[in-house]
Amino acid sequence: MSDVLPSEEGGLPWLDASGPSADLVVSTRVRLARNLAGVPFTGRNSEADREGVVAQVAAAAADAPALSESALHRLDGLSLAGRIWLQERQLASRELSAPDSSGEPRRGAALLIGRSFGVLLNEEDHLRVQGLSSGFALDEAFALAERVDDDLGARLSFAFHPEFGYLTACPTNVGTGLRASVLIHLPGLVFTREIGKVLQGLAQVGLTYRGLYGEGSEVLGHLFQLSNQTTLGKSEAELLDHLGRLVRQVLDCERQARDVLRREAMPMVEDRVWRAWGLVRHARAMTFEELVELWSAVRLGVGLELLRGVSLATLNHVLVQAQRAHLAHANGIGLDDEALAVHRATLVRRLLADEGRRP
Amino acid sequence: MTSCQACHVREAEVELTQVVGDQVTTMRLCGKCAAERGVATESQVADSPLGAFLAAMGQGVAPLALAASTGDRCGGCAATLEDFRASGRLGCPECWITFERPLRELLRRVHGGTRHVGKHYLSSATADGEEAGGGLRERIRMREALRQAVASELFEQAAVLRDQLRALEGP
Repeated sequence: MSDVLPSEEGGLPWLDASGPSADLVVSTRVRLARNLAGVPFTGRNSEADREGVVAQVAAAAADAPALSESALHRLDGLSLAGRIWLQERQLASRELSAPDSSGEPRRGAALLIGRSFGVLLNEEDHLRVQGLSSGFALDEAFALAERVDDDLGARLSFAFHPEFGYLTACPTNVGTGLRASVLIHLPGLVFTREIGKVLQGLAQVGLTYRGLYGEGSEVLGHLFQLSNQTTLGKSEAELLDHLGRLVRQVLDCERQARDVLRREAMPMVEDRVWRAWGLVRHARAMTFEELVELWSAVRLGVGLELLRGVSLATLNHVLVQAQRAHLAHANGIGLDDEALAVHRATLVRRLLADEGRRP
Repeated sequence: MTSCQACHVREAEVELTQVVGDQVTTMRLCGKCAAERGVATESQVADSPLGAFLAAMGQGVAPLALAASTGDRCGGCAATLEDFRASGRLGCPECWITFERPLRELLRRVHGGTRHVGKHYLSSATADGEEAGGGLRERIRMREALRQAVASELFEQAAVLRDQLRALEGP
């Protein structure tokens, strides 16, 4: 891959499993949708408008303390593999790197990347400021996003209406522009077949769920992104509080489900966990879908204390590094190379080689 | 069974009530003639991205108040309500002013209210007295005042504000 990808130095702090409830929650993200006053929204603007957005935001960022260590990366100059690589790290959205009618990403699609935040430029809205935290940490993720929002807002002119709040391209985002999502691992609820009821209940109280890659993506490895559905009529603090309370209830349900598994189905669960552990440590070729299912069982095994000495941070990193654009990049091969499955198995064996041996 | 009062051929599906000045007119229209007047029938609304969203929210799609369109085009980006219905996205910040009334109704159904109570933004442009977006802020303020005048039945004051707004917004 000839692209210049963002440096891997600085790592992915939101995947280090250091945050609260990291046994069940991989990461928390809060994003704020913002638009520049007087500039048409992305769906109706010109290349010049979008270049103007990049230029204005880049100039503001250069002057903003909260963004002092951020770097701008353009997606419109990046190969498909590079764009997918950014999605795999949850930095870019599908929408941001989606090709336009010419088959290329839209002109001006760009990302400002900092240590624990990102700003998506020329996505559906001109700016999507996002903060990312490890574990279940809504307030921390919001604080990360808000700091960047404050600094940019003081240097730019955002479209704001006294009644409707921050104006967005889609009415579902107007007001606070805030969407908080918690990436949560719920194998217990899936195995006890309680997940349907829980998700149905969440929909009734204004929460929605998505798969690993956000909107429109399927649920893999029992990983669900839970997020607020409405953005207007409640303050940022109230929205976070509401989501937080419901996520805590889901965490309780998952813990109860795991207790049920422990009491009533331990031999089956143990079998599943140990088989998965054997496969990830010895398989010679794996699809990502296969790996994610095994990964889920291994992570459950760690949570149930069947597998000791396996670090959640390592497991979180496996999930990112074993995706196809990361493997292609690391091995200098194409996205559709048949050897990916072999490289994936090799990488997983290597990353997990020393796991499970620590006391 | 009633036939459409516009084409007199197809069966009427919707009833369109329009208020123009102090004249209230009601017409029964077929889907096609209604669409030409900027009114979507239930099935058309359900097909749009926003309609699908509302359906998913369990809100039903029937009375989506994007009706009674006057064929307005947004002064900022020339978008129409039809464009919004097709894409589910507004064209520019000013669309929020142009289509304020139907949007307010939509917001009630999507969010349960229309009033932002979160962070209050004071832009750098406001701070140094400059207006971004061609007097947009002033017009937002006047529309809000107009709404309040109507709500308080201060009709003379409302008429003055309406005329001032018309002058600002042009033909």
